[in-house]
Amino acid sequence: MIRMQGVTKSFGSNHVLRGVDLHIAKGTSMVIIGGSGTGKSVALKCVLGLVTPDAGTILVDGKPAGVGDRDAFLARFGMLFQGGALFDSLPVWQNVAFRLLRGALKRPREEARAIAIEKLRRVGLKADVADRLPAELSGGMQKRVGLARAIAAEPEIIFFDEPTTGLDPIMAGVINDLIREIVVEMGATAMTITHDMTSARAIADTVAMLHDGVIQWTGTVEQMDNSGNPYIDQFIHGRSEGPIEAVR
Amino acid sequence: MSVLAAIGRVVLMFLAAIGRVALFAGRTLTHFVQPPFYGREFAHALLHIGWLSLPVVGLTAIFTGGALALQIYAGGARFNAEAVVPQIVAIGMVRELGPVLVGLMIAARVTSSIAAEIATMKVTEQIDALVTLSTHPMKYLTVPRVLAALIAVPFLVGVGDIIGIFGGYAVATGTLSFNPAAYIKNTVDFLEPLDVISSLTKGAVFGFCAALMGCYYGMNSGRGAMGVGAATKGSVEAAAVLILAANFVLTGVFFSL
Repeated sequence: MIRMQGVTKSFGSNHVLRGVDLHIAKGTSMVIIGGSGTGKSVALKCVLGLVTPDAGTILVDGKPAGVGDRDAFLARFGMLFQGGALFDSLPVWQNVAFRLLRGALKRPREEARAIAIEKLRRVGLKADVADRLPAELSGGMQKRVGLARAIAAEPEIIFFDEPTTGLDPIMAGVINDLIREIVVEMGATAMTITHDMTSARAIADTVAMLHDGVIQWTGTVEQMDNSGNPYIDQFIHGRSEGPIEAVR
Repeated sequence: MSVLAAIGRVVLMFLAAIGRVALFAGRTLTHFVQPPFYGREFAHALLHIGWLSLPVVGLTAIFTGGALALQIYAGGARFNAEAVVPQIVAIGMVRELGPVLVGLMIAARVTSSIAAEIATMKVTEQIDALVTLSTHPMKYLTVPRVLAALIAVPFLVGVGDIIGIFGGYAVATGTLSFNPAAYIKNTVDFLEPLDVISSLTKGAVFGFCAALMGCYYGMNSGRGAMGVGAATKGSVEAAAVLILAANFVLTGVFFSL
């Protein structure tokens, strides 16, 4: 469903992506792992068109990403941002129903609110959260609201950017379970970037390891522990010795 | 040679910055006439820029008008021209001080707030989130704010002019023994329609500059708290300079009419 071929991206002299090749099949959950600053977020943003790649091809359903009707293209995606990226000035329900209150998917206000409350319930939040402002919520609740917003318009493809960063292990487990359940339930194609191995094992069908701007290894979760790949071995065991420099 | 190269670099950077701002202004104006239009965001911006700026604009104008009356009276007394206080207060407030002071207060209050808000949205990925939710950030953030300032600031300038003249009236009649009825008559008789038109036109241009600079610096902010701080500071500086430069140009234009 999503195919990246030879994607490169540099910021000045910093060559973040040096030729990323990746394929995510329809209805599967791919987790991209890798250290901080290895370009995982950049790769994801390249697919959405938030960052323009210097070279390479990105295809979604065989068509070049971002070519043609951009609104229709983006309407196929939902995204959970690392920090939630909730709009401070809007109450929770309007954050969740943002896409349903304007643009091509616009619904009557009451219907949009009802959908928002249903999605909040789906991620384990009560209806009384709906009228609060994001700043009044804990980090875990903000992630859940972000998740509810990502699924509000029932997208075909969902991206999760570091979904468990900054959460305690219990809340991280809750978010991981929710992501897995929702992806299976909706039949969506998911792409998650994380450096949390618990999260990767909970969410992934397939795992890709990004380091030095290229995909170093791809395989299933089951294959990951016996991959024989020095990069992935060092990463999943958290060793300082190995091909990945501990000080970057 | 290295000095010349350094000067050249600064000039090129300056010209490039002007080009970027001009392109941003052009894109903003283009989006004015392209749907969708976010009415709710426009109404919110109008309230924030127009209504909530009234107290600070009123206070600035009344003290300026009062001080102006005292200055003109004291200066005029040197050549027996104390009687011109109503006329000079009126023309000074309407043609020059009203628009400029309101413009600068808007730069301090509104430009900084817009820049800080949008820069924070950028740093916290809220702008990226807008894009992924099929919402154009220029349409959702820039157009409502710039349009609201374009409409609200002339209104604020008009209010500031009236309050400033009233400040001069209060001082002149309260402490300088001017006749109230004669003061008002002199003020009204002396002002011409072109004075008011120039004042409101300046207000519209200054409002556009102030909001545009807030949006431009916010959208182009660097990372982290330092980036937000730099964007806020830069936006106020740029707006203030732009307002004073535009005032000079507009005053020249209206003088030539």
